[in-house]
Amino acid sequence: MSGAFSSEGLWTVWFTLRVAALATAAMAPFGLLIAWLLAGKRWPGKAVVETLVALPLVMPPVATGLILLKLLGRRGAVGGALERLGFPVVFTWKAVVAAMMVMSFPLLVRSARVAFEEVNPRLEQIARSLGAGEGRVFRSVTLPLAARGIVGGLLLAFARALGEFGATVLVAGNIPGRTSTISLAIYNAVQLGHDGEAWPLLAVSVVISFLAVWIAESILSRRGRLV
Amino acid sequence: MLRLARVSLPLAEFTLCLDGAFPGPVTGVVGPSGAGKSSFLELIAGLRRPESGRMELGGEVFFDAASRPQPWIPPSRRRIGYVPQDDTLFPHLSVRRNLTYGIPAEGSSPSDFQRAVDVLELRPLLDRATGRLSGGERRRVAIGRAILSQPRMILCDEPLTGLDRPLKARILAHLEAVKAEFAIPMVYVAHDAEEIRVLADEVVVLERGAIRHHGPSAGWEVASRGGEGGS
Repeated sequence: MSGAFSSEGLWTVWFTLRVAALATAAMAPFGLLIAWLLAGKRWPGKAVVETLVALPLVMPPVATGLILLKLLGRRGAVGGALERLGFPVVFTWKAVVAAMMVMSFPLLVRSARVAFEEVNPRLEQIARSLGAGEGRVFRSVTLPLAARGIVGGLLLAFARALGEFGATVLVAGNIPGRTSTISLAIYNAVQLGHDGEAWPLLAVSVVISFLAVWIAESILSRRGRLV
Repeated sequence: MLRLARVSLPLAEFTLCLDGAFPGPVTGVVGPSGAGKSSFLELIAGLRRPESGRMELGGEVFFDAASRPQPWIPPSRRRIGYVPQDDTLFPHLSVRRNLTYGIPAEGSSPSDFQRAVDVLELRPLLDRATGRLSGGERRRVAIGRAILSQPRMILCDEPLTGLDRPLKARILAHLEAVKAEFAIPMVYVAHDAEEIRVLADEVVVLERGAIRHHGPSAGWEVASRGGEGGS
């Protein structure tokens, strides 16, 4: 297959896999915390957080990208501060990671939330009656019993990150060899009439996405049988 | 000793009102279905918070609505082993790891584990997954797990429900052995009068959330005007 790829194409695939994996790993702790909070009892502002988490699923990705650009840009509230600390974000790989995180966050939270909700609260009660504090209950009962749903959610989020386009192009640009992901490279190639360069990238994209979603779905569908 | 003073908990159809001292060692609780028996245990375990009253065990106040700040000891610090009616073995842990889950870091010895395993005849099951246990085996593991957490009291909620007669007799014999060997005070919600006869030293009859009779187990059926022995 490497014969069908230019060195730039190989770089793009490797870069996309790395940033998607990094984005998934970086959002996992916060995503799991939000999912766990949403799965629990009612608290003030819960409905607002639920809605905010779901927004990237329904908003145009370009609109989300524009919000990110305004926030992370040199004159933005967050980007300005980071720039002064010598940590520019927009039009770098960090912006690609940020866009991927925001766009795939809802998929992780939704799967993990369902997984947490499916854990029998009686088991957590019993763990407490056996002397376990809240931290141990979470580590030794809640998390292992929700593990399949969480792993499924992480894979779905990773697959979504791989295909991210609209927000990325606004906040990270489309700079070959710097911020160009598989989706952006395919778009570039087609725009320039170089369809031959797009096909191998398309094939890789389909295979990776298929595998990620297939594994995620098989994990999620087996979940009910375990608990 | 467990002491409840005007402890109340509103339930869907009535308010559970509990009052009295329960010296045990085994307190049998009987009453018709929906009388509030399981809620009684959940109150003691700390899984439900009463609306009013005072609750203490062995001199330690778990809850006192009249005090400010209001004392409340959470379930994890009550040291009360709870064996609920529903199946609550941790499905992702082996039998051995279920049994050792609640063993305190200090104050327990390997011989405690061996003793519980022997009394409940759990040795052949230790390395099994919980999904491969029969109903009776699951009950025994749940009882063993509660005992091994070194509780000050054990709460059993109809642990023999749904078992056939020979299996009931076997597990009842195991519970008798637990009572003799470990001498841990127990509040035992009974499924039938036989369990009360074998295990209980005193009996509480609950009806629509109120204690209708509380006294020694000898002759309790007559004393409570007979017939509240559950289902």
